[in-house]
Amino acid sequence: MSFFDYFKTRKKSSASIAKERLQIIVAHERNTREQPDYLPELQQELLAVIRRYVEIEDDQVQVQLDRNDSCSVLELNVTLPEEVVDPQ
Amino acid sequence: MARIIVVTSGKGGVGKTTTSASISTGLAQRGYKTAVIDFDVGLRNLDLIMNCERRVVYDFVNVIQGEATLNQALIRDKRVENLFILPASQTRDKEALTAEGVQKVLDEMSETFDYLVCDSPAGIEHGALMALYHADEAIVVTNPEVSSVRDSDRILGILQSKSRRAEQGMDPVKEHLLLTRYNSERVERGEMLSLEDVNDILSISLLGVIPESQAVLNASNQGSPVILEDESEAGGAYADAVARLLGEERPLRFLDGNKKGFLKRMFGG
Repeated sequence: MSFFDYFKTRKKSSASIAKERLQIIVAHERNTREQPDYLPELQQELLAVIRRYVEIEDDQVQVQLDRNDSCSVLELNVTLPEEVVDPQ
Repeated sequence: MARIIVVTSGKGGVGKTTTSASISTGLAQRGYKTAVIDFDVGLRNLDLIMNCERRVVYDFVNVIQGEATLNQALIRDKRVENLFILPASQTRDKEALTAEGVQKVLDEMSETFDYLVCDSPAGIEHGALMALYHADEAIVVTNPEVSSVRDSDRILGILQSKSRRAEQGMDPVKEHLLLTRYNSERVERGEMLSLEDVNDILSISLLGVIPESQAVLNASNQGSPVILEDESEAGGAYADAVARLLGEERPLRFLDGNKKGFLKRMFGG
């Protein structure tokens, strides 16, 4: 980096782009790594149960497991459609 | 009771076999009775790097299956005393490395050796899992490059969940980062992840930085572990890494590249 380069428009170095991308993907993967293998299946089964009562799309059920030292919290997030359809 | 060290990375081509050869040679030079074991069944290459490819008679799988004794399969290195090579099988099915078989062979070797260096295959399949399962320490070989760093993080996760130490609730595997093919000039120009960048992401203790060096290819061409080229930067950097592995303190060398003079820095060029 020379003295005169400071007057040119600064462009992000490719190394710093690499670092940012890595920090994001590694943090994401570490999060999913700690989740148990049964979570996707649990999500599918929950989806099937809920569908017996309301019509929802695949992405409207989120299952997440958060672990702390002393306890684990299974968080279930279901987005219900605005008009609840009663199948009966 | 031997200390078991796995050399692993996830990604291929980053320098695992080069590192296994040099680290095991360095430990043997220090007087420790050391064996380096090739876990890459079907694609063995450690024998070539160690220049013993024409002396292979029996291999790791033969020993597991009881077709040869350990002493028949171990190849004594001709250059360094205390150094032995256990080659991988070139022909067998990967599944021939059974967990019980590997355990039995490592247990037997543990009785007479000080260090067992396990050269892992690339990937996270059976062979790689077998190589890391018994490890007390892991050398995670990483290039300053996005896919290598990501794969190293993945391997660290596997060490923390699938190793024997993790499964049996023992003290965790001691993890070391070895950054290889490092080009400090490109780092300075912002074209390559720096040591600090990789450290920020992986945050494990640093064993060493091996500069990108022609000596590495030169050494492998001749079947000589690069640590024996003690004039070369890569050889010196591996000797430092071995010292740190043994708990000695060594300052990092070869990180400044070709330092530019003050005027050159000011006016470019």
